[in-house]
Amino acid sequence: MAETPLLRVRHLSTDFLLPADKKIARALEDVSFDVYPGQTVGLVGESGCGKTTTLMSVLRLLPANARISGQVFFHEVNLLSLSERQMREYRWKDIAIVFQGAMNALNPVMRVGEQICEAITLRGIMSSDRAQARVGELLEMVGIPKERGSQYPFQYSGGMRQRAMIAMALACSPRLLFADEPTTALDVMVQAQILELLEEIQRRLGLAIVLVTHDLGVVAEMCDAVVVMYGGKVAEYGSVDEIFNAPRHPYTQKLLESFPDLARPTGSLASIPGAPPRLTELPPGCRFAPRCHLRIGKCDSESPPLFEVEPGHFAACHLLESTQDASPPSP
Amino acid sequence: MRESWLLLQRNLSDFWKTFRRNQMGLIGAFLVGTALLLAIFAPLLTSISPMETVRTADGRALTFAPPSVHGPLGTDDAGHDIWSQVAFGARISLVVGFLAGFIAMFVGSLLGILAGYFGGWVDTLIMRVTDVLLVIPDLPLMLVLVAAIRQLNLKISPLVILILVIGLLYWTSTARLVRSQVLSIKERQFVARARAIGAGHGHIIRKHILPQIMPLIVANTVLILSTAILIESGLAFLGLGDPTQPSWGTMLNFAFDRNAISNGAWWFYLPPGLAIVWVSLGCVLLGNVLEEMLNPRLTGHHLEGEARVLSASLKSAEESSEEVSHG
Repeated sequence: MAETPLLRVRHLSTDFLLPADKKIARALEDVSFDVYPGQTVGLVGESGCGKTTTLMSVLRLLPANARISGQVFFHEVNLLSLSERQMREYRWKDIAIVFQGAMNALNPVMRVGEQICEAITLRGIMSSDRAQARVGELLEMVGIPKERGSQYPFQYSGGMRQRAMIAMALACSPRLLFADEPTTALDVMVQAQILELLEEIQRRLGLAIVLVTHDLGVVAEMCDAVVVMYGGKVAEYGSVDEIFNAPRHPYTQKLLESFPDLARPTGSLASIPGAPPRLTELPPGCRFAPRCHLRIGKCDSESPPLFEVEPGHFAACHLLESTQDASPPSP
Repeated sequence: MRESWLLLQRNLSDFWKTFRRNQMGLIGAFLVGTALLLAIFAPLLTSISPMETVRTADGRALTFAPPSVHGPLGTDDAGHDIWSQVAFGARISLVVGFLAGFIAMFVGSLLGILAGYFGGWVDTLIMRVTDVLLVIPDLPLMLVLVAAIRQLNLKISPLVILILVIGLLYWTSTARLVRSQVLSIKERQFVARARAIGAGHGHIIRKHILPQIMPLIVANTVLILSTAILIESGLAFLGLGDPTQPSWGTMLNFAFDRNAISNGAWWFYLPPGLAIVWVSLGCVLLGNVLEEMLNPRLTGHHLEGEARVLSASLKSAEESSEEVSHG
């Protein structure tokens, strides 16, 4: 793509200081990826691999015990170097987020319309009359009758809450939308509706989406690029075609195998033995090494860098070293 | 709690319906209500000012007259009407108690929110001060403070000193309660969402935290009021009230000082004592019931409130459809 990226994440690392047992949880290490305008980037991986932490680090919404390093460029501005007050200007107006679990992200004692309105009027960019009209528009856009804006979240169904959250995310016409598992806890039909809605909105408004999910089917359908994360690091990063058709990292390969394939139905699904590493006790070498079926001696001692196996396709595995020279993703 | 607060906001009459079913709450409301009425309508309910001496036909002061001789409640050692003193004393007791209670509630809520929301050294500082205040016994500390401030001759009314000392020392339990609630609410995801939409701390506290802890504050205030009235009575009994504006505590102090007990003048010390019991019992009953109604953890499932709202809206929907069919 010739365009300049909208969001460039470079060497993003996030640590949590755990005062209770004086440990450091390395939630993210050296995460880099790009998001181009209008593109959908999927963040996939097991629970606890740092997908949500990546989004929260970019928005700088982490608790006080988090230490973030690296760079996050939105256009040419490094968001991590801004003051809290300046950062506030970027939130929602430029980058909005649809949270995991919409029920919890809505204040139970405020009317839904009021909460969407809050996002608009907080900026003082609109009179309250026009903001009200805008709330109606937004609700209609996500398929909720605008009269229902005066209801409370508990009077909504799960799917409607998620729609309301999407409406809220669109309130300030952001250029980048983070969707953190937007379909968790919804039934399959509603999931499909929500994803369709996201796609439609993306087409109409031309916004870029970073989609966090562990549903590879969703990734294949919606995303242009995929970041596969494991234990807080990028395991593989490339276009959706490359990742699905020619996965190079053993973890990605296993992950794809463990996903049901309608074209080749088999009796049982593959799984990856073992569990993801604890973030306070990471293995010294490759984080996937303890569970890897292709492990070589080096894996236990040395952490593999990202190798560019194809232009724009990166994977962090020692087995790829012989074929390629190590190089970080080109800025 | 949030659902029942919603309930309260949506429909006061629904709240009243629930409240009415609770006998203790009704008794409490009655006790507090009658005391308020007595204070408000004191001039109408008495025929003589509390500072006026009742005299016999031959012009002598009618001292220690039992209720059978004078008025509904007799007279004291100076011939002042007891009923009138109780009625006007209600004003002083209630005003001091309520103002002190509200100050305590305000200070406690503010400090509790600051400590819970900001955490870190703010929390540590506020909570250590709270701990220290909790350890020192209230009454002796207030006694010393009131006495010391009066020694300064600041030309402040003794009642104002009482209000400020009680109000500014009695916020500790509220602060702890509010802090613990804020601690749990600020971790809720809608607060993270509010930050994500770019809201500042002030906005988050006002729009998202305060409405959630408001029911707790309301219930706690009623309980604090009862304690404030009791403490005021205690301090006044010990002679720290304003003798020109006697509260119920001051009346007890007079009765004690002027040998009402050895004179067998029960009508002198029983009425103010019972009045204090009346109001503080009312506040406690009312406060407990409010707390129960507004705090779902004490009653049952947290969805109960939702269910009530739903059934109420269903009922109203039914009613309106009935109206349609009838019309």
